[in-house]
Amino acid sequence: MSAVEYQTRFGSLSNYEKGGVQAIADDVRHYAFSNCFDIAAHSKPYERVVFGQNQVYVLECLRAEGSSPWYTCAHDEFALVMDGDVEVHLVKLEAAQTVPDPDKNGAVQVEGPPRGARMGWMRLQRGHQALLPRNTAYQLRSATPGVVVLQTCKGDLSIERWAEICQTA
Amino acid sequence: MNAAATALAQPASATSDLTCGYQRFALGGFTFRRDEYFAHVGWTARDGRPMSHTMDAGNFLRALMRDVAWGFFYGTVSFDDVVGTHNHYKTVDLFAGSFNGTMKEAGVDRLENFATDEIRATFEAMLDDWTNERFDPFSAPQETGSPYGRKQGNNRAKITRARELAKRCVGLKGDLDLRSDERGAPVNRAFADVPQEQPELHPEPGFEDEVHAFNLFGFLSRSQVTWNPSFTSVVKHSYMCPTTEEHILPILHGNDRVEWFFQMCDEIHWDCADKDTGKPLARVIMKAGDMAAMPAYCRHQGYSPKRSMLLVWENGSPSLVYEIQKGESPEIPVQF
Repeated sequence: MSAVEYQTRFGSLSNYEKGGVQAIADDVRHYAFSNCFDIAAHSKPYERVVFGQNQVYVLECLRAEGSSPWYTCAHDEFALVMDGDVEVHLVKLEAAQTVPDPDKNGAVQVEGPPRGARMGWMRLQRGHQALLPRNTAYQLRSATPGVVVLQTCKGDLSIERWAEICQTA
Repeated sequence: MNAAATALAQPASATSDLTCGYQRFALGGFTFRRDEYFAHVGWTARDGRPMSHTMDAGNFLRALMRDVAWGFFYGTVSFDDVVGTHNHYKTVDLFAGSFNGTMKEAGVDRLENFATDEIRATFEAMLDDWTNERFDPFSAPQETGSPYGRKQGNNRAKITRARELAKRCVGLKGDLDLRSDERGAPVNRAFADVPQEQPELHPEPGFEDEVHAFNLFGFLSRSQVTWNPSFTSVVKHSYMCPTTEEHILPILHGNDRVEWFFQMCDEIHWDCADKDTGKPLARVIMKAGDMAAMPAYCRHQGYSPKRSMLLVWENGSPSLVYEIQKGESPEIPVQF
């Protein structure tokens, strides 16, 4: 008996198909239905668009294109690449440049060039997930447009435009 | 694994059924027995009428497997439209018909509260006794043998798998290990085409443990079970709980909080219904890249035609359940 062959279908910026909510007796907006490739296709590079929110916690969708600003955060964050080829560069930030309040939620932009020891870099492709350790500076770089999902908390840089990204009817 | 299995507590109320070889169980006012094809649940309604309910044995064991493995999970775990459990985190309700609009209205439902340890001991013993050696209730139907027939052996190793929970991130030193052939986690047949290369890491000397990334899709392609959210990365109480899905989610989940689904490949169709009555509300069709919230007022059950990768995203804050009870936490994730 020959083995059955399966094709795993992933999405990308250039090739994605959205599903949707088929309402029976409910408001489709309650499901906040969106698609990360659709969001990234209509975003500026490195806009941190919130597409999942549970109290203070968010999932953000980023269009990775060119070099991002340097960010830092008082808590860990994680980056999952959904499309493209993305480098993550890390700097062990000097205390003067870290977020002063250890309880502050969400990423902030590092003021000026990051100061501290270079920690190294990573090259991520689709399905790869990276730790963005707390109190480090990180920069994402991508030669061609890609899509990244960030696990983080809602912060100063989080952008909410639910009515634009979600199914409304 | 075997050590945990032999430690299963045997409830005092188990009795042997001579025809099919399976034990019968009783828990409060509920009785449970199985035959060659079915699990039968019996109870007495509030007005004293005897009531009964029958489920396919395979469906019953797949549901029971999740409820046991998840420690009763978050909120309501319904095995079908009639029978299920509701977790209160120190105690657990067992119910029949209590979240079925028609049965509730007819007054034929029963709901009883048990100490978590008591119901767990009965459920673990029932799962162990009713699962035959050729059936793995954690697998998709094409991957395992039949649940039917008379009692034949057991499958203790497969029903006592440890839940995999990363503390910070999979693959970090001292945290949950990556999966590999050597660790008994080969790539699933339906994910044979998923790339297995790990990300390139270029740490400077001294930063080897902090410059960290791993192949999440490769990790998931090696999942040995279906419909089993497991932690891979943690930010405070934000838990990424991805899982691989095939066939039908064996339970209907009525969460006591909002949760989110992010479909990472292939597709899943979700049936959403009113949590209290079972009235259909919506179907949510999710394809690769789609994100959707499950409002806290609905219960949901997913159908995955091909094994697919789903990110279940949970807020595990221990105070959240009390905020929901006090009305401080919304049932709808976001207003716009």
